[in-house]
Amino acid sequence: MSVIFAKSKGLTDQETHYCPGCTHGIIQRLVAEVLEELGLLGDTIGCAAVGCSILTYNYLNIDMIESAHGRAPAVATGAKRVHPNKTVFTYQGDGDLASIGTAEIVHVAHRGEKITTIFVNNAIYGMTGGQMAPTTLPGQKVTTAPGGRDVAHSGMPLKVSEMIAQIPGAVYVERVSVHNPRAVRHAKKAIRKGFEYQMAGKGFSLIEVLSTCPTGWGLSPVDSLTWLQENMIPYYPLGVFKTPEEAK
Amino acid sequence: MPKSLMKGNEALALAAIKGGCSHFFGYPITPQNEIPEFLARELPKAGGVFLQAESELAAINMVYGAAATGGRAMTSSSSPGIALMQEGMSSLAAAELPSVIVNVQRGGPGIGTIQPSQADYYQMTRGGGNGDYRILSFAPATVQEGAEMMMAAFDLADFYRTPVFIVSDGMLGQMMEPVEFPERPLRTLPEKSWAAVGHGGSRKPNTIKTLVLDPGLLEQKNLRLQEKFTRIAATESRFENYRTDEAELVLCAYGSTARIVKNSIDLLAEEGIKAGLIRPQTLWPFPSSAFQQLPPTCRTILTVEMSCGQMVDDVRLAVNGRLPVAFYGRSGGIIPVPEEIVAHIKVLLGRV
Amino acid sequence: MAELKGRVRIATNVCKGCGLCTVACPVDIMVFNGNSVNLKGYQPPTITEPAKCTGCGNCAQMCPDSALTVERFTSKKEDPACLKA
Ligand SMILES: Cc1ncc(C[n+]2csc(CCOP(=O)(O)OP(=O)(O)O)c2C)c(N)n1
Ligand code: SF4
Ligand code: SF4
Repeated sequence: MSVIFAKSKGLTDQETHYCPGCTHGIIQRLVAEVLEELGLLGDTIGCAAVGCSILTYNYLNIDMIESAHGRAPAVATGAKRVHPNKTVFTYQGDGDLASIGTAEIVHVAHRGEKITTIFVNNAIYGMTGGQMAPTTLPGQKVTTAPGGRDVAHSGMPLKVSEMIAQIPGAVYVERVSVHNPRAVRHAKKAIRKGFEYQMAGKGFSLIEVLSTCPTGWGLSPVDSLTWLQENMIPYYPLGVFKTPEEAK
Repeated sequence: MPKSLMKGNEALALAAIKGGCSHFFGYPITPQNEIPEFLARELPKAGGVFLQAESELAAINMVYGAAATGGRAMTSSSSPGIALMQEGMSSLAAAELPSVIVNVQRGGPGIGTIQPSQADYYQMTRGGGNGDYRILSFAPATVQEGAEMMMAAFDLADFYRTPVFIVSDGMLGQMMEPVEFPERPLRTLPEKSWAAVGHGGSRKPNTIKTLVLDPGLLEQKNLRLQEKFTRIAATESRFENYRTDEAELVLCAYGSTARIVKNSIDLLAEEGIKAGLIRPQTLWPFPSSAFQQLPPTCRTILTVEMSCGQMVDDVRLAVNGRLPVAFYGRSGGIIPVPEEIVAHIKVLLGRV
Repeated sequence: MAELKGRVRIATNVCKGCGLCTVACPVDIMVFNGNSVNLKGYQPPTITEPAKCTGCGNCAQMCPDSALTVERFTSKKEDPACLKA
């Protein structure tokens, strides 16, 4: 007999505040599992961002720093420059990373900061109640674009992985999803690689994870998975955008 | 140790290294550039890290990250850059992270000018950040005093777990004066057992945070912070008295302006007019007690600033209506000359 | 009786009744039948035919609240049948 799945030691006993079926819970768990498997729980400094994931520091069994909205990459830079041998990561939503924090994410990559960023793209501002994000899809109805995102008015959604991959200091960029068990298993591998490249001192890595926001989207958790698959993946193709070999 | 001739900005930078700075993060802005330039060259030699950030917003948040993990971090900037850093100042104060921030003030509002100014008194004492917080602010008037305040700043920041401001201005930053760097007094500092450095599997995780959703808990935290601010106010407020004995007029000025005002006072003395100066060395806590000990001869108070009148608010609060408080100031980067202050005083005292 | 391949257990009171496990299960044994309500007021799924569990772990992979524990009794590393998404 073997235990195929049990709750990771990287997670605390605190129950999360996430809405039922929100895949933030899956992504955060994958981070915990990877850090546990790599034996890094005691040597990691995490930087939480402002958004639904702000309370990750209550759920992950590691030392963490809460960062102001969008600034997690700068906070992580400060931490990594004090502790070059510790593992440092940011966990950021799309409002946080792709809107208010664009300068910080571009420059953390630009400096080739040896940190890992987990970028949770749910195409909406979850925490503040479902407003438009830079990643909101064309026509997607959100509270600040009640008729759906009008691209003539607000532009086309930002493709963060494609953008960051262009930056020389970024060594590993991959977009993954968590809409079914196979995708989840693959997402975990990508997150693991992100941390391994950091440990190997390669440079900056970003793993964009397509995620659901059932509450903001106004869909059931199960329907949200389908919506992600049918609407997000065509616009945000999954795959590797940069590898350390290409970065050379 | 012999004195060496140094620019105010460079002396501050060297004093930072001697005060135990381990990390500097900053963004270029005149008139403070000599600080990052000096540290880019010298801090790595002393085993520290210099990093140019992409903005003041990033710089202050790098300071936040470094301080949260136990580093002795600082940044320096000038007025518009400090305005951008106010979000971070609020976070540093809320998370109680020891750090040092230098403001070499220039004229505003807006982009203003690169010439000297003291129009950031509100920024330094009221802050632009949200919430109830106070930041210990030192205001040197000479290159030597700046060096000494800076050398003590990191220890004080660690001691109280607080950010510390060094408030300079474009004039003090650019002028050259002889300066020496005596050994800094040893201070027993608390261990940073709160820092987020990785728990090593041997303790509960540490969290550095400012979010407190429960109103009751946030109020408790605020009251605890206020208790700390009261403690700092009671211990750290500092000022200098200059020729206040038997003065009929007491002036109040800080930093570069205080030096000019001293010249005005000497000029007035030659004409038999007795004036003195109270020079705040800390802006917050403001040395209100200095105004409890005014000479009985004093009839009026005059505050002089390189601004349109900011510190004068605190002087009025300290004097509390007991005497008239007047104001004289120049702004926009104009440095007042002693003679114009003298002329103003004569009109004020009816001695024309 | 056929040999048991796997076993899934629910920490009932951790569950938020989201249903992500129900669509992940390749043998459809995680079912909402409205039979139970937990302390938080959510309805956790019922494991209708526990003997059918293949021990693939799909349900647990999808659970955002880490409410599920899965054991496998077969030695095969990964049952291909269970990897269908
Ligand atoms: C400076 C500042 N501006 C605005 C906010 C309000 N705010 C909190 S969370 C958030 C958006 C978060 O959205 P996202 O990053 O997409 O994360 P999600 O909640 O969707 O996971 C905003 C705008 C804030 N906390 N700070
Ligand atoms: S609002 Fe959206 S992103 Fe936030 S916890 Fe709920 S479902 Fe998740
Ligand atoms: S996935 Fe988890 S939380 Fe959701 S219904 Fe299944 S057991 Fe409950």
